[in-house]
Amino acid sequence: MADGECGPAQALAMSILVRMADVYDAAELMDISQAHIDSTIYLGDATLEFAERLASLGARVAVPTSLNVSGVDECGWKDWAVKPEWAAKAARQMLAYERMGAVPMWTCAPYQTHMRPVFGQQIAWGESNAIAFANSVIGARTERYPDLLDICCAITGRVPAVGLHLTENRRGELLLRLDGVPAALQQDDQFFAVLGHLVGKLAGDHIPVIDGITSSPAEDQLKAFAAAAASSGRVALFHMVGVTPEAPTLEAAFQGHAGLKSCATRMEVTTINITVADLRAARRELTTADGRELDMVILGSPHFSLAEFSRLVPLVAGRHAHPRVKFLITSSRLMKERAHETGVLEPIVSFGAQITLDTCILASPMLPPEIRTLMTNSAKYAYYAPSLLNTRVTFGSLADCVRSAVEGRVVRDETPWQSA
Amino acid sequence: MISGRVLVAGEAIGDALVTHDALSFWGGYDFQTGEIIDKHHPLAGICAAGRILAVPFSKGSSTTTAVLLEAVRAGTAPAAIVTTGPDAFFALASIVADVMYGKPFPVIALEAADFALLRTGERLRIDASGVISRSE
Repeated sequence: MADGECGPAQALAMSILVRMADVYDAAELMDISQAHIDSTIYLGDATLEFAERLASLGARVAVPTSLNVSGVDECGWKDWAVKPEWAAKAARQMLAYERMGAVPMWTCAPYQTHMRPVFGQQIAWGESNAIAFANSVIGARTERYPDLLDICCAITGRVPAVGLHLTENRRGELLLRLDGVPAALQQDDQFFAVLGHLVGKLAGDHIPVIDGITSSPAEDQLKAFAAAAASSGRVALFHMVGVTPEAPTLEAAFQGHAGLKSCATRMEVTTINITVADLRAARRELTTADGRELDMVILGSPHFSLAEFSRLVPLVAGRHAHPRVKFLITSSRLMKERAHETGVLEPIVSFGAQITLDTCILASPMLPPEIRTLMTNSAKYAYYAPSLLNTRVTFGSLADCVRSAVEGRVVRDETPWQSA
Repeated sequence: MISGRVLVAGEAIGDALVTHDALSFWGGYDFQTGEIIDKHHPLAGICAAGRILAVPFSKGSSTTTAVLLEAVRAGTAPAAIVTTGPDAFFALASIVADVMYGKPFPVIALEAADFALLRTGERLRIDASGVISRSE
């Protein structure tokens, strides 16, 4: 295929894939049945030239393929500080990937659409949060694919047969045990994002197994966990004992190799205890602002789901955001449409919220310079915004975010974190 | 003199910039200037353009490769990247930089013990076979 017998775009993609198979030390390639492309994010001329090179060679995806966020809200960018030249080039990059036959979802939460993969499915996904979610929460199988390679996998339908595609490489490698973390704190709205931030830092390049979860986290809490762990660290797969599908038990999470009590094949596994003090410190790290000033509340990294829109409704009912504070939600066209259809969008918009689609504040230069202080419930936003946007961030619960927007200054309910 | 596994072959000479903390280039590297901008990272504020960057592995965003490709195009990339494991992200960026612009940079994976010998500020030479030596 690398000789061009299937066309120049396939040959180019395959030539990159074959060189990468050497890097991965792969003995062979294997088939995938789905892909998610993170290469959609426009950064500058190089990302655009790569996309347009492939598109101009006639590239077509060989498997069902969804597209991640782009560099611009195609219909809404004029409401923000996006420069026309940026918008035009980001839109060209979107078009290039659409021309390859991929589905223009423009979302970093493809697992909450009809293109959600199934347990055991072999896929090639880019986007760090989506990789961690697909592997861990769904039990689909993807390596941690970088931009520019994800599309080569989609065009060829092939990946190097290595890493997290193979059962034996999916067993836990590091045990993180919640130590005296009360159930009440585990129920707190911020708990899973904070835990994810901490786990990402502790895991290094190992597959972490988290033991001691007493609650039954909702999907959006696991989404927050995955995004946080894949931001502060390189977590592409985690096991949460009793929660995620490859970890019904501790033994299963380690594929039987760490039967910690009486198994003859017991393997030494490094164990780290996570205490309330560790969690408090991790939560403090997510806040880089020091005062109560607030310019914008930002929700939706990863993209806000229908369930998250629905959770917001009772919090905003009968209230209105302070005129000095912007309240922005980043989401996908699909979720906004569903929120509209189910009637949950209207009260949120009445509250004063704006919705940005297709992208997010990190991937599109949309914030005007006067926005200096943010508040969010997303550990991913809290991690990246200080470096990428030179803003200061306060991390808080969804309720804290709404209350702060109403009062026009940062207010946080510290009770669950002080009394734990 | 140490040698490692060649992930992408090439030659480079530059001052070493060594960190033991993983780095995401998206949110961590300004490709317009070559500066490391991740405020959580010990190298924050330091320019890595033209240097031999020793970083154990990539973390965070999948877009790390795209940022590195932009840096190659803009002339602000490190001269080479040395890691402790076969990091696919850095290698891919170099391979695509070769395909698109004919400008690959060496990516060498060292054993952890050899990586630990590297010191910031040392002038290093990397040859095409993956041998890293001090350059006078």
